[in-house]
Amino acid sequence: MIYQLSFGDLLPYWDVLARGLAFTIILTAVSTVAGIGLGTAGAGARTFGPKWAGYAVGVYVELIRNTPFIVQLFFVFFGLPALGVKLTEAQAAFLAMVINLGAYSTEIIRAGIEAVPKGHIEAGLSLAMSRWEIFRYVVLKQAFMKVYPALSSQIIIVMLGSAVVSQISAEDLTYAANFIQSRNFRAFEAYFAVALLYLLLAIAMRAVLRGIGRLVFPKV
Amino acid sequence: MSLVSITDVRKSFGPVEVLKGVSMQVKRGDVVAIIGRSGSGKSTLLRCINGLESFQSGSISVDGLEVGNGKTDLRTLRRYVGMVFQQFNLFPHLTAGENIMLAPTVVAKTLKGEARHVAEQLLAKVGLEGKFDAYPSQLSGGQQQRVAIARALAMRPTVLLCDEITSALDPELVNEVLRVVEQLASEGMTLMLVTHEMRFARDVGTKLVFMHAGRVHEEGPPRELFANPQTPELAQFVSGLN
Repeated sequence: MIYQLSFGDLLPYWDVLARGLAFTIILTAVSTVAGIGLGTAGAGARTFGPKWAGYAVGVYVELIRNTPFIVQLFFVFFGLPALGVKLTEAQAAFLAMVINLGAYSTEIIRAGIEAVPKGHIEAGLSLAMSRWEIFRYVVLKQAFMKVYPALSSQIIIVMLGSAVVSQISAEDLTYAANFIQSRNFRAFEAYFAVALLYLLLAIAMRAVLRGIGRLVFPKV
Repeated sequence: MSLVSITDVRKSFGPVEVLKGVSMQVKRGDVVAIIGRSGSGKSTLLRCINGLESFQSGSISVDGLEVGNGKTDLRTLRRYVGMVFQQFNLFPHLTAGENIMLAPTVVAKTLKGEARHVAEQLLAKVGLEGKFDAYPSQLSGGQQQRVAIARALAMRPTVLLCDEITSALDPELVNEVLRVVEQLASEGMTLMLVTHEMRFARDVGTKLVFMHAGRVHEEGPPRELFANPQTPELAQFVSGLN
């Protein structure tokens, strides 16, 4: 049996694909910024914060890193309403993504913080800086410099993993493919096109992240 | 009156007692060279003075500020006590100039423009004019250490602690750093140096302290001590150097 490829059948749905792509990009961008913010706070708490805060962050990190993302997503979308927290599909997707990246980036950034030589912290102390000032001005940027490649990879992983949010009908790129193939039965074409879009998006993101790294960090 | 007054300080790391009752008086303008074998407690003593290490008993005061025992806020104390380290410890993500400006702007709340002006002056003072925008990785070890000295001076300390500041340098770079320290000494800066540079200790030091086994074993004017050590331990230490 020979399958006749017909990518032309996707054309009428170009706007669905475009909307899905836009949602995936925005979802990734927002959860990257918020997730890394959360991860920075978590890593700071684990290394420079009080003990109890470190433990609390530890529980959060292990909870998220040892459960599947789709379960976290379902918990946020289907589970939280039982507690009276009702979220739209998009809100649930954003929240789950931020919580997920927050946990992973906490550990990545913590590794960076711990790789900063102890002598730099002592130098900061000797200059009468407070622990917060040392964290903010001495440690943080160095830590990000050290783990930036790992962090970049994690952002891409999260972007690809965001396909899962289609399972709660958040209208991302994968949702678009599901939608299109359910209408025109062109599953191969729809998923092929979407796979290609993910690939291009990942390549573009790597380039952008590398560019940001060059811009922000001195060449040392 | 003494600027730095150390009385019967004891310090243990676990079961190991590193400082076994150290006492020392340092006057304003003194250049104190602390020598001794590794493990004799020199660096630990220095680190106790600015509160990087705590100690179990005894007392240290700097310009009337009591160190340790929670009596003085360590941040207040450290504004008067500068420190330079063996490993330079420059912040690699900041330029030489920014390294110097950081504490004045963040801690002392000096305005950026003024801090920059001071940083440029200090760089010139340590012979590094024009290196404001260089990153530490672009500087030699001797240059990095001179930036570290300038960074400590930017907070206008009343006493500067130098913890083996030439030990990590290639031999040909040692002198450029020592010249800066010598200049500071001639300007009247109070200095406490843990050092292995015996010629420097003899020629620039106003006071020599020989530490041995966690105690001040012998102290006095450097030339006299080197020429005429009173204890066999110092005699052996001095003779072993040449």
